[in-house]
Formats: sequence, C-alpha cells, structure tokens
Amino acid sequence: MKQAVLSFFRGGGSALPGYRLALAATLLWTGFFIVLPLCALVIRPWQDGVGAMLAATRDTRMFAALWTSFSSAFLAALFNLPLGLLLAWALVRGDLPGRRVADALIDLPLALPTAVSGITLATLYGPQGWIGAPLARLGLVVAYSRTGIVLALMFVGLPFVVRTVEPVLKNLPRDLEEAALLLGARPWQVVTRVIIAPLLPALVTGFGLAFARGVGEYGSVIFIAGNQPFKSEIAPLLIVVRLQEFDYAGATAIALILLLTSLLALVLVSAVRRRLSVWGDAG
Amino acid sequence: MRRYALWAATWGLIALVLLMPPAVVVAEALKNGLAPALASFSDPDGQAAIWLTLEVTVVSVLLNTVFGVLAAWVLTKYRFSGRSALLVLVELPLSISPVVSGLVWLLLFGAQGWWGPALERAGVHIAFAVPGIMLATVFVTLPYVVRTLVPLMEQQGRDAEEAAMLAGAGFWNILWRVTLPGARVALFSGILLTTARAMGEFGAVSVVSGHIPGLTETMPLHIESLYNGYQTVAAFTMAALLAGMAMMAVLLRSAPEYLARWKEKQA
Repeated sequence: MKQAVLSFFRGGGSALPGYRLALAATLLWTGFFIVLPLCALVIRPWQDGVGAMLAATRDTRMFAALWTSFSSAFLAALFNLPLGLLLAWALVRGDLPGRRVADALIDLPLALPTAVSGITLATLYGPQGWIGAPLARLGLVVAYSRTGIVLALMFVGLPFVVRTVEPVLKNLPRDLEEAALLLGARPWQVVTRVIIAPLLPALVTGFGLAFARGVGEYGSVIFIAGNQPFKSEIAPLLIVVRLQEFDYAGATAIALILLLTSLLALVLVSAVRRRLSVWGDAG
Repeated sequence: MRRYALWAATWGLIALVLLMPPAVVVAEALKNGLAPALASFSDPDGQAAIWLTLEVTVVSVLLNTVFGVLAAWVLTKYRFSGRSALLVLVELPLSISPVVSGLVWLLLFGAQGWWGPALERAGVHIAFAVPGIMLATVFVTLPYVVRTLVPLMEQQGRDAEEAAMLAGAGFWNILWRVTLPGARVALFSGILLTTARAMGEFGAVSVVSGHIPGLTETMPLHIESLYNGYQTVAAFTMAALLAGMAMMAVLLRSAPEYLARWKEKQA
C-alpha cells in the first residue's frame, strides 16, 4: 500500500524530470472534464428523492425507447458482420481494382459529421430519395420507421467491423485454405473452420464496437427515425425530450442505463475475445 | 470468374452504402444550380454558425493537445500505480453517447444543476451559451490526441529522454526537443482527428446549446434548423461545407506519409 502511494507521487522506475507537473496537469484535466461530470451523472438523479428514481423505472415509454435502441443496434451490428467481412476480404485478399480508393471510403461514415449523415440518409431513403423511391414502389417503407433506424446504424457501424477484421485477415496465411482443401476438407468446412474460426475474435470485437456505438447514436438516426413514442423513438432522443420537460431524474436514469450498457458490451467483448483467442487468434 | 463476382459485389456495396451519401449531399446542395447554393452563405445566422464552429474547434484542439501531450508523457514515460485506471479514464468519452456527453454538463451547470443557479445569479452563463458548447466539445474530443500519442511514445521507450536528462536538459527541453520531434506524425494525426470530431459534434452540443440562431448554433445545429425548416438547399450547402472540412482533416492525416515518399523519389 505504502509502496503504491509512493510510486504514485514519485513516478516509479524513472528519474525523468517533470513527473509531478505532468501528472498534476493530467489529473486536473481528467478530473474536471471526465470525473466531475460522471460523478454528477451518478449522484444527481438521487437528489430528487428515491421516489423520482422509482417513478423513472416504471416509465413504459423509457423501456420502449431502450428496446428500440438496443434491438436496432443489435440487428445493425449483426447485419454488418457479413458485409464487413466481404469488404475486409476484398481489400486484403481480393486484389480489388481501386483498392486505395475503396480503403479510404471505408472510413467515410466515421469522418462524416453525424448531422450530415442524418439528413443525407433521411433524404436518400426517404419517399423521394434515390433508394427510397424505388423501394416505395415495391411497397417497402424504409424511412421514418424501425428499418430506417437499423439502416442508419448499419452505415455508422460498418467501419468498426471492417477495421477490426482487416488486420487479422492480413496475418492469416494465404495457403491455409488450399492446404485444408488438399487435406480433404469440404468447401463449407474451409469457410467455417479455416476462415471464420480464426476471425471470430475480431468479428466479435467488431460487433461489440458497432453495437456500443449504435446504442448511443443520435445525430445520424433522428432524421430518419420518425421519432414516434413507443414505435420509432430511440433512447438518446428520449433523454432530449425529458430534458425539455425539465425531468432531470428521467433523463439521467436513461443516460445511466445507456452508459452501463455500452460499458458492459465493451467488457463482454474483451472477455469473449480472450476466451476465443485461446484457440485461434492470428492477430 | 469468382473473382469478378467478388469485385462486383464489393464495389456495388461500396457504391450503394458509401458513395451515395456524399453524392446526395452535393446533388441536394446544387439542386437549383450553383447560385442559390452560394447565396445561402450570405445568411448572417449561417455565418455566425461557421464562426462559432471555428472558435469551438480551436479551443478544443488547443486544450486537448496541450493536456493530451502532458498526459501521454505521464502515461508512457513512468510506471506508477493507477496508470492503467488513468488510461481507461482518458478513453472513456469514446464509449459515452453524445447526448449523455451533453447532459452531464447540464447536471453541473444547468438551471437545476449543482452550480448552475449560483453562477447564473453571478451573471455567468454556461448552459445554453457558448461556454457550455465548449465544455461538451472538449469532453467529446478529449481522447484523440492522447490515444494516438500513447502507443507511439510507448514504443519509443525513454532511452533518448534519459540521455538528454544526463546531458543536463530540463523537462520542457526534453519534451520539446527529444520526445515530440519523434512523435510529430502521431501528434499531427491526433490533432486532425480532434479537429474533425470537434467540428462535427452534434448530439452533445445540441443538448447544451439552447439552439439560439446566430448566437449558440454551431454548423451541425444550424444544418438541423435549416433542414427542419425545409430550407433543403441551404441545409445541404452547409452540410457540404462541414463534411468537406471534416473529411479534409481526416484525409490530411496521410499527408506526411505521401510527403516522405515523394521526397524519397526526388532523392
């Protein structure tokens, strides 16, 4: 204990100057900008009394919104797995013509400001949009519904899957599949045991990152979502609605649940990843 | 044959998912030709939004770069108890919903927040004003500089720094002349990521801004008001400018690599 305290104040294992100054600056910075606001998030809701918090947990509209956010984020991350795998495969193994351009385009959803993605996707999939209009003629309504939410979250989450699968695929020996075929494996066995199995930890990680991002996503979703309570209202939007009603306890209750879920998702991902990598993490 | 099918599927997917959105932005902005699009920039509220976005970006980048460098120094050049907790803490904003990132500042400085009422009486306005927007943006962009610097500075080790120290150099000299020159490219990349993220932040800023046109609307918020007010051309013109700026920042990150390759070719 004493040693730990000493190492904190002196900077263990290094005689370089500036430790205390830089540490003080770091603690000041993270203290004010991260610890303080998070303390407020954890403590503030209880100050309106336990009754307010209990009322918040009986709010059916909140559960509907949370369900919309979680299920949409889950589906979007799930659908992104085959798409992300295809893109990563084409980039690493496919000798894709225009590979550099494709590679740069993968990061587009991360670079595009969320408000821009939001109005753009709403226009693209809207009833008069380039994709929305032909789909509407087929009787498929995409915008202003749950489907729209899933599509927007797929757009936002795709880079996470591609970028986690890509480096692992790069490290996978190319002749592994041929060896398996020569040894008598059937094509589907090659796909599931030789390609998917070593990529599984990366796929799980990509899924988890995309899910965690999707649960809290706001800007790229609200324009296409429709935002009808109990139907197509996402949890982050309900926080905004509660704040406009000056219901701080209600807003903070949702915020806490969102925060805990995305942290839990990230912890679970690293746990699953560690388990799976025991039998095949090429990365 | 299978190869061509793979290529077609890949480029089809890329065109559908990744190429169409930017094409829509440009098409909607230029729907009535170039003149109406350019005319939308003469709107004073739009100009105010551009200026506010630049101000907020500069403040966030400066603050998070200075403190980010110091934090990366502490986290990579020393081993102390609590180091890994600090690493987790610094990356935490990445896994927090943008709306929650705005909400936390209202809990501190809002009308029903801890210090909001007292500050308000003293004439200090934070929530629904520019300082609140800055706090929220700093929070959201805090991790990027540290996160790009830490792996590189970790790799560098501290031999060079210790040699400089034995030669009599002080802390600032070591940091400025020994450590940072080696981490230039990573620092540059981190600053550009911070810039892109700060300009485009929407959810967090939306919660604390109060949406007062001309006063507390940043570019993303102004885009929202224009779009909801059916001013499609103006909304997408502003969106094209914002997206262009953000994507420029992201693409510029590979500039040092290209520059080095170009110099190699010259030599």
